[in-house]
Amino acid sequence: MNLKKLNIENKKIRNLIPQALTVLALLSVIIYFATNAQINMGNRGISFGFGFLNQEASFDITFSMIEYDGSHSYGRAFLVGLLNTILVSVIGIIFATILGVVVGISRLSDNYLIAKVAEWYVEIFRNIPLILQIFFWYFAALRALPLPENGINFYDISFLTIKGWYVPKFIWTNFNIFLLSVIAAFIAIYFINSYATKQREQFGKQIPTTIISLASLILLPLITFLFLGVSLTFEYPVLKQLSPTVFTYAGGVSIIPELIALALALSMYTATFIAENVRAGILGVGKGQKEAAASIGLNKNQILKLVVMPQALRIIIPPTTNQYLNLTKNSSLAAAIAYPDIVLVFAGTALMQTGRAIEIISITMLTYLTLSISISIFMNWYNKKMAIKEK
Amino acid sequence: MNLILKPSKDNIKTYVPIGLFLVSLSLLDVFINAFFSFNLFDFLPSQISYFLPLMLGFIGFYLIRIEFSGVRSLDILNKNINSNNFNALLTLLTIFIIIKSIPPMLDWFILEANFAGNSKDDCTGDGACWVFIKVWFNRFMYGLYPDAEQWRINTAFLILFVIVGVSFFVSEKLKKYFILFLVFVFPFLGIKLISGGSFGLEYVESAAWGGLSLTFIISAFAILFCFPIGVILALGRRSSLPAIKYISIGFIELWRGVPLITVLFMSAVMFPMFLPDGTFIDKLIRVLIAITLFEAAYMAEVVRGGLQALPKGQYEAAKSLGMGYWRMNALIILPQALKLVIPGIANTLLALVKDTPLIFVVGLMELAGMIGLAKTNPKWLGMAMEGYVFAGLVFWVICYAMSRYSQNLEKKLSTER
Repeated sequence: MNLKKLNIENKKIRNLIPQALTVLALLSVIIYFATNAQINMGNRGISFGFGFLNQEASFDITFSMIEYDGSHSYGRAFLVGLLNTILVSVIGIIFATILGVVVGISRLSDNYLIAKVAEWYVEIFRNIPLILQIFFWYFAALRALPLPENGINFYDISFLTIKGWYVPKFIWTNFNIFLLSVIAAFIAIYFINSYATKQREQFGKQIPTTIISLASLILLPLITFLFLGVSLTFEYPVLKQLSPTVFTYAGGVSIIPELIALALALSMYTATFIAENVRAGILGVGKGQKEAAASIGLNKNQILKLVVMPQALRIIIPPTTNQYLNLTKNSSLAAAIAYPDIVLVFAGTALMQTGRAIEIISITMLTYLTLSISISIFMNWYNKKMAIKEK
Repeated sequence: MNLILKPSKDNIKTYVPIGLFLVSLSLLDVFINAFFSFNLFDFLPSQISYFLPLMLGFIGFYLIRIEFSGVRSLDILNKNINSNNFNALLTLLTIFIIIKSIPPMLDWFILEANFAGNSKDDCTGDGACWVFIKVWFNRFMYGLYPDAEQWRINTAFLILFVIVGVSFFVSEKLKKYFILFLVFVFPFLGIKLISGGSFGLEYVESAAWGGLSLTFIISAFAILFCFPIGVILALGRRSSLPAIKYISIGFIELWRGVPLITVLFMSAVMFPMFLPDGTFIDKLIRVLIAITLFEAAYMAEVVRGGLQALPKGQYEAAKSLGMGYWRMNALIILPQALKLVIPGIANTLLALVKDTPLIFVVGLMELAGMIGLAKTNPKWLGMAMEGYVFAGLVFWVICYAMSRYSQNLEKKLSTER
């Protein structure tokens, strides 16, 4: 009895010692760093704190989605950078997904040529460092575009030039009403769908949800245009001469080449990984599933929609989430081509001006951590929704 | 009517020659158009002659689409690129795009490109100016390393290749010592040779290192260190001791949640604040530590995948033999777990190699960085395309070779369970 007790205690102690040592080592490193940081900051006459966020930033940012100029605060500059990061990530994710799905399916095509082209696309773009691809698009490919006066003309409404891509600007009146109608349409679709599911499961009634959803999505906003005073006009970019040799476009929206290069490189690079996920997912659905579906009389589209995709998505989603996360993190390479994302604006310019390395780097890292964690929480929720529901 | 028009085995003698002729005609038209800029069907209105090859090819493919024709090559052709109308269209478009894109590529890379000469003025053609690469080649490979001392880098890499080469041919027993030497002795010997400062070798500061050799040096050291750290972190994350487990989780998730560029920024501007005043750690070493810890976190997740995939019986069997934690992991668990995740490990190492160009943010210049420097040289403006295509090719060869090697290794080591 006594011996047994001793043994248990022995084990407890044996478990405790390595843990205590690790914690102790970690704490001592942290304390060592903290004291050094305190001394160093004291020597430079700065104290730790986030008050600088309210100071005037006094630097300009080339591209901003919200109102910003030098008189705004560092906090506002941070927000501009964050929004730019989110913008390029969202664009990248959308295009990477489309391209990735197309390439992934093409790799499984029974057309030998298409499959081979897709395979080589993946092999080429996956094995070249992303930063080189960004440099290539920005410094080589986009620099080969014409000057504004000979810009590539898309039916006089959009112009592609070395200084960026000029697209028409949307000018809304009563945009809020339009937005509300779209939201209302989505809510309606949600209820229609759940009602249809109920009807199908209880009474076996089929309701054409797709058509009804589409109709409500088109009709509700259309009503606002016709009766509620919503209107949309476009402001087209027009070539303007600044001096005998310098031209630019007035009006419209200018999409800066940094954004184009970054979005292009990010989506083409990430698409290769998504394509591999899609391919693995579709291959991962057993052949028997397709045969079983065919044998109960489903047609080819139904098999894909009802049997293959729901199962393939379960395999595809988790690794694709990772790729979305990677894309968001990789968007920080923007700093290399001076796209004003959070790293360039905040960890670059703002840090150089204030010298507050610890605060600024910590805020930047925390922001990315938050972005990463929120994307993974969202994707986990989605994943759970898609997971097999046992009845 | 339909019966006569529908290509089948009965009318194979007439339809297949006509079909093949039409397909060849359409390909020939695109080919001649692309290579000699001459349009075979110039006499037709431009809208028609533009789409004519597509139409001809489409009809041709329709005519030769005969199921179970009995002609083997025709069956293979139909099955692979001509199984239905949609596929035939895709095939034609793909072939057309490939044919169309060959001449400009060929022109730019070879025919119109300039190879001879020593300055930008020698580049007169419309194609690439490979003179740029030729003149700067030394810099691209060695960075700002002094010319007279470059034999040291060459020697270090030569020794490495010789040792690796020889180790393939020696017996298993000797091989072990070769690997031990490679892992524990050579890296430090090599770095001493390259940095110098003793044995009568001139000291070359790390700021002068650069080019492709720096890519290799950083990759090699980061791979060397990130692997053991990653394994320890993975074991830590699976540990039953809560303090160790949560510290490992926190460490791994912290690194995985942030982009490498911020980690490098941290090593450049924030880390010096954490050191006692006056201490200075070489920039290269700081960067190396940052990359190593960053990739170790990814490595840890890969290794954890292997550990989780291992059946519980393996742990129980090892314990029932009376093995302790470390002996169990070193002799039973890890050898099997690591083998399971070779593709993941290879991917992490590939990502590491692809991440090395990022060190430009702290002012170190490997291949991509040196090209950035060279293209801004006033005498060589406008050479970005050549430079980045060259760098892309070099990295592509390295990464593609690595991924192929890992696939082979995976096949070789795979054991049936």
